[in-house]
Amino acid sequence: MGVIGWTYLFVGLSFGLYLLIAWLSRVSTTKGFYVAGQGIPAIANGMATGADWMSAASFISMAGLVSAMGYAGGVYLMGWTGGYVLLALLLAPYLRKFGHYTVPDFIGDRYDSTTARLVAVVCAIFVSFTYVAGQMRGVGVVFSRFLEVDVNVGVVIGMVIVFIYATLGGMKGITWTQVAQYWVLITAFLIPAIAISIKLTGNPVPQIGLGGVLRPEVAGEDGVFLLDKLNQIQEDLGFTRYTDTFTGAWDKVNVFCVAFALMVGTAGLPHVIVRFYTVRTVQAARWSAFWALFFISLLYLTAPATAAFARYYMIQSLSGKAAEELPAWFSSWNATGLILWFDDGDGRVRYSAGEDNEIFRKHPQITAVQLASIQGEHQRWLDTSGVDGTDARRVFREKGLSGPDRDIIVLATPEMAELADWIIALVAAGGLAAALSTASGLLLVISSSVAHDFYYRVINKSASEKKRLAVGRGVIGLAVVVAGVLGIYPPGFVSQVVAFAFGLAAASFFPAIVLGIFSKRVGAVPAVSGMIAGIGFTAAYIIGCVFFKMEPWTFGIFAKGINPQGIGSIGMVINFVVTLGLTPFCRAPDESIRLMVDSVREPEGIGPPVDIEAAPEH
Amino acid sequence: MDNDSPRTEGPDLRDEAVRGLLDRYWISNLKITLFLLFLWAVAGLGCGILFADHLNAWILPGTGYPLGFWFAQQGSIVIFVLLILAYCVYMNRLDAGHHSELEELGEKKRD
Repeated sequence: MGVIGWTYLFVGLSFGLYLLIAWLSRVSTTKGFYVAGQGIPAIANGMATGADWMSAASFISMAGLVSAMGYAGGVYLMGWTGGYVLLALLLAPYLRKFGHYTVPDFIGDRYDSTTARLVAVVCAIFVSFTYVAGQMRGVGVVFSRFLEVDVNVGVVIGMVIVFIYATLGGMKGITWTQVAQYWVLITAFLIPAIAISIKLTGNPVPQIGLGGVLRPEVAGEDGVFLLDKLNQIQEDLGFTRYTDTFTGAWDKVNVFCVAFALMVGTAGLPHVIVRFYTVRTVQAARWSAFWALFFISLLYLTAPATAAFARYYMIQSLSGKAAEELPAWFSSWNATGLILWFDDGDGRVRYSAGEDNEIFRKHPQITAVQLASIQGEHQRWLDTSGVDGTDARRVFREKGLSGPDRDIIVLATPEMAELADWIIALVAAGGLAAALSTASGLLLVISSSVAHDFYYRVINKSASEKKRLAVGRGVIGLAVVVAGVLGIYPPGFVSQVVAFAFGLAAASFFPAIVLGIFSKRVGAVPAVSGMIAGIGFTAAYIIGCVFFKMEPWTFGIFAKGINPQGIGSIGMVINFVVTLGLTPFCRAPDESIRLMVDSVREPEGIGPPVDIEAAPEH
Repeated sequence: MDNDSPRTEGPDLRDEAVRGLLDRYWISNLKITLFLLFLWAVAGLGCGILFADHLNAWILPGTGYPLGFWFAQQGSIVIFVLLILAYCVYMNRLDAGHHSELEELGEKKRD
């Protein structure tokens, strides 16, 4: 059985498993639908949160990013894990004690304001849609790369699967499916990492291997550290040293701002926060935050090892090689355009940071026909010694397509390590698990924001349980379709606005929730003004930089402007300053709100969530 | 660690004595939270970023990791996990103490 056969087998088995779980955990109440009846054990909730959190980008692209960025790749590693400390210490236990269904619910009730609720609903929906479009695309990409089906067919298959288990089981089905998806994705990530670690360093623990010495038969000399060797190779080829800090565009200010914005944004993302509503007690909410980061860290501590191993391996097996010496993985990924080689005529591969670089990647928008004509022109350029034809290296360099596609690091690692076909297939199933689990969690947030916060709490307050459940299912179905369409026709800006999701969450939800819990004095007007100021600034900066070619700036305080990915840090500070600045001039919240804050702080007396119909404040 | 059958009825927060206990609990909570957040900032933002260039002059003993690089890609994440673990253990113990104080208060009232 070849790779394709194994892939069909694993993908088929894992999809069957997800559907079976969905059928076993189907629900019939809104409580089950939105918060899984609040009976999920902490450790299972931790795994589900891990799968929910680790998206197609974490699984497929992150190791590649770290591989290309070296030290600065740490912004993603620290940013996407550090947020859990904020979440565990500042939000999770209190929101569980609060005990309702969604993030807008807390903001709306705490500030006793429909405006605040609506601002939160709009943010939650926007953040989730930006994110989910990327996941659906990720499903399509995995299908097309491993199963040789069309990207769009892949998106549709993913839509159908998510549609079935999300509408059937709501949060309960999604949670238990995510537990299964966690194991699929972590196994698929760890096995190749361990294998390549053994191959290069002889140590099966990738984290030790990364700091260890290369095997003499690999390095050609005794006792040389992998990172030292990698630094030296990078330097020889004109790249910056792998472990060096603050190189190029990544100066200290930018590394700091981006890491901080990702941390705070993580703590403010609604699909993560909502997970802590699904457990039984405040104590269990704390434990699930611990288990969540524990399970996430298994992947995040391994990714930097995979990144460095693959970087070393890729350069060593390509650099200076003639066409017939190139490894098998090169030709199979060359066919997908993730890695391309345009020779300068000497017949040997040269991968470098300079103008003589010969390794490139194809942009998704370049069609096969265009690529063929570029290759033809390049061949003519070679044959005529530059008199006729076009140098493809210049074409690609000017388009900013130097170096291989970052996704290749994870996708091709099993082949680089010469692992069995079934392990390569497992990586495909893992990528799909990562994309599907995140997509379903996000779709549920969209559904609850529309059906619960908007429809039930604002439009039709007398809707029956049955009707609300039907609306919830309907919205999730509709959201799947919208997400799928966004996946099939990706607006060019999707990849650029993922930064937006974090910036927006950092600048809106995080300050509003933290102040709502830790201050009894902050009222609705300052909180809403703060949110609007934070979002307004962040949105204006990102839109300006991404769409109107505005130069990043910092009032001239720092040498370089702030990367749009990091502007959420400033937006968050603005939100805090505006809210706290206005607070002394505005009315303090009522006695009933102050009592509510007290009850959120009090760990005793937690029950099942308030029965919405009977809740005192409605 | 966690109570399997939590009380659905919370204590009466309008009661002065209950409020006193809650205030004390809240102060201890704020102290541990601020302390752990300080460590979080030192490990992640400090060692991983602000001092990373200086720390890179050292090597993590016995390995090939420059120290700043290690903090950014390994150390800070391990510390984050441990911080949450410490928080869970400490807070859940604090909760248990708070719980028994409330019980005592309830018994005193009944006498």
